[in-house]
Amino acid sequence: MMIASFRRIFAIMNKELVQLRRDKVTFAMIVMIPLIQLVLFGYSINTKIRDIPVGVVDQSGSAVGRVLVSVVQATGVVKFTAFYTSLEEAEASVRNGSVRAVLVLPEDLTYRLVRSPSVNKGLPPSTQEEASRPVGQWIVDGTDTVVSGAIQSLRNMPLTELFHDPPNRNTATFEVALFYNPEQRSAVNTVPGLVGIILTMTMILFTSAAIVREHERGNMEMLITTPVKSLELMIGKITPYIFIGLIQASIILALGYLLFDVHFWGNLLSLFLGTLLFIGACLSVGLVLSTLATTQLQAMQMMVFILIPSILLSGFMFPYEGMPIEAQYIAEGLPATHFMRIVRGVTLRDATLLDMPYDVLWLAGFFLVGLAIAALRFKKRLD
Amino acid sequence: MSASPAATIAVDAKGISKKFGDFTAVNNLDLSIEEGTIYGFLGPNGCGKTTTMRLLTGLLTPTNGSIEVLGLTLPKQAEELRFRIGYMTQTFSLYKDLTVEENLKFVCDIYGLNRQERKARMADLVDRYNLGDIADRFSGKLSGGQRQRLALAAAVVQEPKLLFLDEPTSAVDPESRRDFWEQLFDLSDAGTSIVVSTHFMDEAERCHKIAILDAGVKRADDSPTALMDNLGAAVLQIDGTNLRQLREDLIKLPEVVSAAQIGSRLRVLVSQDVADPESWFSKLTIKHGATHAEIVRANLEDVFVIKTRKQ
Repeated sequence: MMIASFRRIFAIMNKELVQLRRDKVTFAMIVMIPLIQLVLFGYSINTKIRDIPVGVVDQSGSAVGRVLVSVVQATGVVKFTAFYTSLEEAEASVRNGSVRAVLVLPEDLTYRLVRSPSVNKGLPPSTQEEASRPVGQWIVDGTDTVVSGAIQSLRNMPLTELFHDPPNRNTATFEVALFYNPEQRSAVNTVPGLVGIILTMTMILFTSAAIVREHERGNMEMLITTPVKSLELMIGKITPYIFIGLIQASIILALGYLLFDVHFWGNLLSLFLGTLLFIGACLSVGLVLSTLATTQLQAMQMMVFILIPSILLSGFMFPYEGMPIEAQYIAEGLPATHFMRIVRGVTLRDATLLDMPYDVLWLAGFFLVGLAIAALRFKKRLD
Repeated sequence: MSASPAATIAVDAKGISKKFGDFTAVNNLDLSIEEGTIYGFLGPNGCGKTTTMRLLTGLLTPTNGSIEVLGLTLPKQAEELRFRIGYMTQTFSLYKDLTVEENLKFVCDIYGLNRQERKARMADLVDRYNLGDIADRFSGKLSGGQRQRLALAAAVVQEPKLLFLDEPTSAVDPESRRDFWEQLFDLSDAGTSIVVSTHFMDEAERCHKIAILDAGVKRADDSPTALMDNLGAAVLQIDGTNLRQLREDLIKLPEVVSAAQIGSRLRVLVSQDVADPESWFSKLTIKHGATHAEIVRANLEDVFVIKTRKQ
């Protein structure tokens, strides 16, 4: 009985692989999706803002103004691309989007600068009123919070180098030691996370489509008249995709190392088991979807329904901690959130699965509950 | 299986109905199919043939009634039944992107045959259903006849005691259809009971017994010969010139059940209340150039017309 059961599972598995091999487009997608997305996201996602295009209105027309502009540009945060003579002109440029911000330097720039507490040159000491006057003003397009945040970080920029003062005149309140990603490269965070996103997409889609296809092409009517059991069908159907998922994860991590120099400190067994668990969770979600969808198109739409929150809420793009508590609850319900923690922990921080039992349990839960729901919902009947 | 006398009953259905929402696909159907026979469901499209087959194979649960197939109660023992029946679906349901051989191998594995059994079984099937030349072809690229031979081979992989065939020859040329029926008689001869649905009269005539289904109701259930002999009407064949006009006038008469033109003749079913149809016709005033009328033997189409006419 057991042997016959294994034979059936193996027959379905084998059939699935043969069909997959003949479906050239799908076969190509298995390799191309991780490859292209990795290159695309690896290069383009960058949370560190550099060279924001900005303009300047220098009402002082002084040498100090020109020096100040070049000092600000030297921070690398902004790049002065336009010079305006009037405020109206500058505001129009912010409105039409040709620059993101405008630095306005007042007529009395030199006086303000000298009396500014950040410079504190000249005697007698600045009066309270003088000390409260800023050197210049930034007019910022505040719609994109990341861009405006970067410009806001210039608010208290030290101006010591304007006057050849020794740099130690400004002492930081805190010293910050950056572990694991000292150069603050976004790719270090993006590449492992991408494993989660791509697996969410391909695993859910492949399994749900694989089952729905049997309905769509009329093969299910034949299958359900045979002695094959629901669970045998499910296992036989998803097993090939487990290997495909592992291949995709390997492609992403290997290319991440080669192209983006993302090193992996973690232990391989933890990475393997964690990925396996996540693949299992995604596959069982795909199986549940397959019992809901009647066409491959519907299965695809349902996959997108899960994929978008997985990208936006899982911590792949935005930090989990920054989301409102309600969104965090939703994120907990997505397998990708837990895998995001596991994969980043293991690959970047040398954590093992034992360090993250909570996320491991969640993924295992997803897998088992999903499989149970799918097997119960899948009826070997037509009504 | 229960030990029962002489003719064992393969399918025993009592008062089965199947409703899909407001639509009644099968209405209070009684069926009793003896083992070893070829039993046909004859009826137009949408008469409930496929639904009945699905009920008898356990793919659908009846709304009312009880079904016993090969001594197993449905739908409770549907899984057990799977090992004993074969089912050839109306539309080709094997994998079109697999070859003939791969498809057969798959079905063998699904029925749990081991390697030796599979090899022997496949060799036998390939030989019996003449699949050797097309073993490496994709089943999606086969002709209707080849595809149907493959489907039949796949349906009998596990050597079922009972075989269900849902309109097996609707996409097949006449010669393939004849070959197909020869194979069915071989199977029947070897002891397999066969339930086949069709809307072809000539195919129904080959069955040992048929049930005529119409709008989910069984209108008749007997051997084709018995049905033809006990038609309950006389068949009058009329030669003549202006047959269209004659037909139109004839069907208005209360004694005429139906009239249909077959080539250059008119086939008229006259109620059995008319004692002598030939002389009844000769006394009619409306003739429209009819030259000759004689009583001929009833065929299954006449039976079908009589049994399914609106009462």
